[in-house]
This record gives sequence, structure tokens and C-alpha cells, in this order.
Amino acid sequence: MSTAPRKTTYREAAREAIREAMLRDPRVFLMGEDVGRYGGCYAVSKGLLQEFGEERIRDTPLSESAFVGAGIGAALGGMRPIVEVMSVNFSLLALDQIVNNAATIPHMSGGQFAVPLVMRMPTGSGRQVAAQHSHSLEGWYAHIPGLKIVAPATLEDVRGMLWTALEDPNPVLIFEHVQLYNMEGELSPAAGPVPIAGAAIRRPGRDLSIITYGGSLPKCLAAAEALATDGIEAEVIDLRSLRPLDDATIMASVARTRRVLIVDEGWRSGGLSAEISARIVEQAFYELDAPPARLCGVEVPIPYPKHLEDASVPQAESIRLAARALVRPA
Amino acid sequence: MTAKPRLTHEHARRLLGQMMRIRVFEERCAELYTQQKIRGFLHLYIGEEANAVGIMEALAPHDSVVATYRDHGHALARGVAMGPAMAEMYGKAGGSSRGRGGSMHIFDRPTRFYGGNAIVGGGLPLAVGLALAEKMAKRPGIAVCLFGEGAVAEGEFHESLNLAALWKLPVLFVCENNLYAMGSAVERTESETDIHLKAAAYRLNSRRVDGMDVVAVEAATRGAVEHIRGGGGPVFLECMTYRFRAHSMFDAQLYRDKAEVERWKERDPIKRFQTWALSAGLLRGADVAALSAAAVAEVDAAVAFAEASPWEPLSDLEKYVLMDEVPV
Repeated sequence: MSTAPRKTTYREAAREAIREAMLRDPRVFLMGEDVGRYGGCYAVSKGLLQEFGEERIRDTPLSESAFVGAGIGAALGGMRPIVEVMSVNFSLLALDQIVNNAATIPHMSGGQFAVPLVMRMPTGSGRQVAAQHSHSLEGWYAHIPGLKIVAPATLEDVRGMLWTALEDPNPVLIFEHVQLYNMEGELSPAAGPVPIAGAAIRRPGRDLSIITYGGSLPKCLAAAEALATDGIEAEVIDLRSLRPLDDATIMASVARTRRVLIVDEGWRSGGLSAEISARIVEQAFYELDAPPARLCGVEVPIPYPKHLEDASVPQAESIRLAARALVRPA
Repeated sequence: MTAKPRLTHEHARRLLGQMMRIRVFEERCAELYTQQKIRGFLHLYIGEEANAVGIMEALAPHDSVVATYRDHGHALARGVAMGPAMAEMYGKAGGSSRGRGGSMHIFDRPTRFYGGNAIVGGGLPLAVGLALAEKMAKRPGIAVCLFGEGAVAEGEFHESLNLAALWKLPVLFVCENNLYAMGSAVERTESETDIHLKAAAYRLNSRRVDGMDVVAVEAATRGAVEHIRGGGGPVFLECMTYRFRAHSMFDAQLYRDKAEVERWKERDPIKRFQTWALSAGLLRGADVAALSAAAVAEVDAAVAFAEASPWEPLSDLEKYVLMDEVPV
């Protein structure tokens, strides 16, 4: 087999991750709405039913609470389920199981039981599917002790985080931004598991730190390139893990650049960006040359028309302007 | 599946003994609550013991049990050791859940007792998943899920029954219908009060059982378990029962007549079985006295165990929020 990198997409890398897990561990199975015959709402699991059969690629009724809870029960029973929910908005129908069961049983049972469950779900806006399919609620889940929350934003991460999540003894929720599925790039055929903990510096820079994750990462990298033509070198940090947060990487970057812009498609009030900002103020206040800045989703339910949807979340140009204003105040 | 088992002397002793130890345990819990040794919510099962005892009698060690917040009877009948169960009431480190759960959240790995779940209806999906794991791993166990008739109003009830029937999973759903969801009578919350009919609508093998008769419950459970183990898919039992005490220790019971409670107390499952077993010559007076004394002695020992158990150190507060490994 050639070891030369080959062209692929985020969607294909996500599928390859599931395939590898299914081949490596007979306890692994995929369960969710339309993951089998339909091939997955975003075609991630296309072809897997034919390869692995109905027992392990399991179409479920539209019963989020029951099949997420069944995933928790199956994990308690020794299996390693991957539960796909069609969108983060639909996962709210399973919130009871995620928050009251998956996140509590290990602690509430005094450590007698673990819940090695993996959930995958699409998140975010950009496909003109309006206010019940487009929200970014991963920051909400990051509020809950007992869960691990990750957001793969690169081909390597979507290919590699799943196996590591399955090996983790805790419930891990993987958020895949809908705008990333078609992202193309090159991936080594030898690409394999990657850690699910820790942030990554995707672009080093000296003038400010842009902290982001998921679907906003490509936008931030594009903004950083544009800023560079203006003589501003932005460091772009991909959080990768939203719970736990990698405070050390964040603080070290802020100590170098002394300015920070947090970019989050989620809403500002009570959101993940507020948490990150507070931590920076608590831990690196005296390193800062300016107050932490935030660019977040506008506080509206995501609207349908493209111009309004685009204006609802950070875009490369608005990120560039916010960064520039931070480094070169008017 | 209605045939009653032919009881031996030993079997009768066990059934009565189990019901008695649950009753004595809970009466002591009520006393300890007034002494503030036990805090928080305390939901007593007194009056309903025939259900837990009859059901657990018919299960195998490799089966899994998912119970509700009214879980003392289920846990003790399943075989959870009484000392740790009482220490859990106290919130002590020697408790079955290291004191972290309290009365509502007894968990016990050795007996496959998966809680003690206090979100009404929330345990049903867990049981479906435990059964799915058994089926996929080709293991012989079944999952038994207990819940009250209040759970029937939750969406999770309907989703879970449908999924279990659709996938022919080895689950036994047991609705302990004690006629009140806290203070709401079943007629005030359900458009169809024959709960077992709802399960039948999902094509589960479903029937109603006298939950005040331990032998009837055991017989029905044995039939159900046989059906499930034979690959017949999930079974639903609606056990008609009644709680003699308040919903919790905070409940003034404004919603039901004292006369109604007294009428049900005439059907007390312990008195009823004891009277029948004595008259049938299965048990002698000396047996009853010995079982009663043994129950009191076991509860005394459990209280002593709980009293002597240490508190969890504050330094362990965050332990087990995230696990380092999956316990095996």
C-alpha cells in the first residue's frame, strides 16, 4: 500500500474512522437515525451497512432519548457504541439521558460503573436549514462535569479522535461542524488515532492569539492569512477539546502575544467564549495588553436566508476586522 | 405462565424472610430519618414488597436490574448486602455507592444492580441498552426494568417499549402500579388506566398481576423470563400494588382517603402470605418467629455497620466524575 498522502474529505475521514473502529473491536457498533440504509444524514456512514450488516450498523426509530439511553445501557453492558444523532438540535430530545445518566452514573455509583459511550453529532450553521437544525450547542454540553467534549476541525482529527474516544472510559461527545464535511485535503493512509485532549497551535504568530474550534477554524486561518498581508501575525489556536479546556496552551500563547480574540459560533451570553475569557482574566490578566475580545454568534435563532445566516456567525472578514481592531485600535 | 409454583418449606421461608427483612429495614429507616441520621428524600416501599421479592426470586445472577428511586426493596431482594445499603442511606463511605447516591441511588456491581434512578422513566432506555448488549454479545442475561405507573406518561416509556419490541430484546418491563404518581392518582394522569394495554399496543407480551401476592408475582415473572430467554422478545408485567406510607417523608397525603389506605392494608403482602403459608402447613409459627428475629438482627447489624462506617474524605469529592478505566 502506498504511504503517499491521498486526497480525501472530512466526511470520508470520519467514515474511515468508523470503519477502522468496527474492524478493530467487535464491541463497536454504530446506531442512529438513518445511519444504515439511507447512509447517514450527511452521508458519513454510506456503505457501512453493506460492509458490516444490520446488527452493527443499526437504524433506529426517531426516538433520541431511547436510543441514546440504549447506547448508555449498552456501554454499561460492555459494548462500545457509537451513537449518531442527526443534529445537535435533536440531541436536546436526549438531554435527560446525556446529562442525568451518562454524566452522573460513574460518580453517583461511587465509581462502580463507567459509561464508555461515544456520541457523534453535526453542529453549526451554513447550510440554510434555519433555526432548528443550525445551532452550536456544544458549549452547553461543555458545562457538564462527567462528559468529554471534542470538536475535530481537521482531517487528522476527525480521522483520529474517534478511536481514542472509544478507548476512553468516559462518555465522549464528538461535534462535527456541518460546513466541514466537504472540506478537502490530504491525509496519510497511515493516519491513525490522535489524542482527544489538548489544544493545537494551527498557525504560530506574535501579535495576537485567536482561539477557536470546529467550523470556525478554517475561517480564522483565512483571516490570519489576510492579516499577514497587513503585517499582523496572528497565532491561531484550535481548542480541539472543549471539555476539559487546555488552559496551559491558551495561557502560554496569550503570554507571548498579549492580545486575544476568542471566536465562537455559539452565542455570547453564558457561552464557551465567556468561560475562556474568564479563565484568561483569572490566570493571565497581567500578561494582557488589552482586554480579551470575543466574536460570537449573534444572539438570534439562526435564520434561513443566506445573507442573514452569514451575518449571524463569525466569518473570515469579521474575524479579520475584529483582530485588526484589537492589535491596531483606531 | 399463570401456573403457581409448588412451594417447598424452604422456598416459602425465603419469600417470607425476604419480605420481612425489607419491611424491618424500611421501618428502621423511617425511625432513622426522624433522628436525622438519614436525610434528603426517603421513599418507602412498605406494602409493595411482594413485587421485588417475587421478581428477584425468578432471576439469575447474570441478569441486570434497573430500578427506581424507591429502590430499597429491589436492592435488598436482588441481594445487595444490607450493611452497605444502610450505609448508603447514611451517606457513608461504606455505602454501596460510597454514599454518593443516598436512598435513591443504590448501585451494586456484584449483583448487576444499575440503580436507583430518580428521573421517572429514565431507566427504561438503560434497560433496553443493557439488553441490547446481552443480545449482541450473545450472552444469556436479560435486563429487568422496574418503574411506577407514573413513568407511563413519559415519552421514554413509549420510545423504549417500541425499541425493545422492534429489536426483540431480552427485557422484562415491570410496572409497579401503586395507583399514585406522587400525589396524582392514575385516573388523573392517564387516559387509558389499564397500563398493560399500552404495552400490548407495542406488541409486547403483556399482562396484569396481583402485586400483593408474592407467589403470583414470582409465577408471572418465571413465565416471563422463560418467554424472554426462549427468544420470544420483551415482556411487560403490570403489578397492581399500593404503598402504605407517604410518597416521601415530606408528604402529608392530602390526595387520598385514610379509608382507602386501610382497605389496602388488609391485603398486606406479608400478612397475607404468612397466613396462607401457616394454614397450608408450609410454615410453622416457630419459622415465622425465627424469620422475624433474623430480620431484626440483620437490620441491627446493618445500622451498626453504617454507624461505624467512615465519611468519604473531602479530598475524594471529585473522584469518579471522570473514570480512569472501565471497571471489570
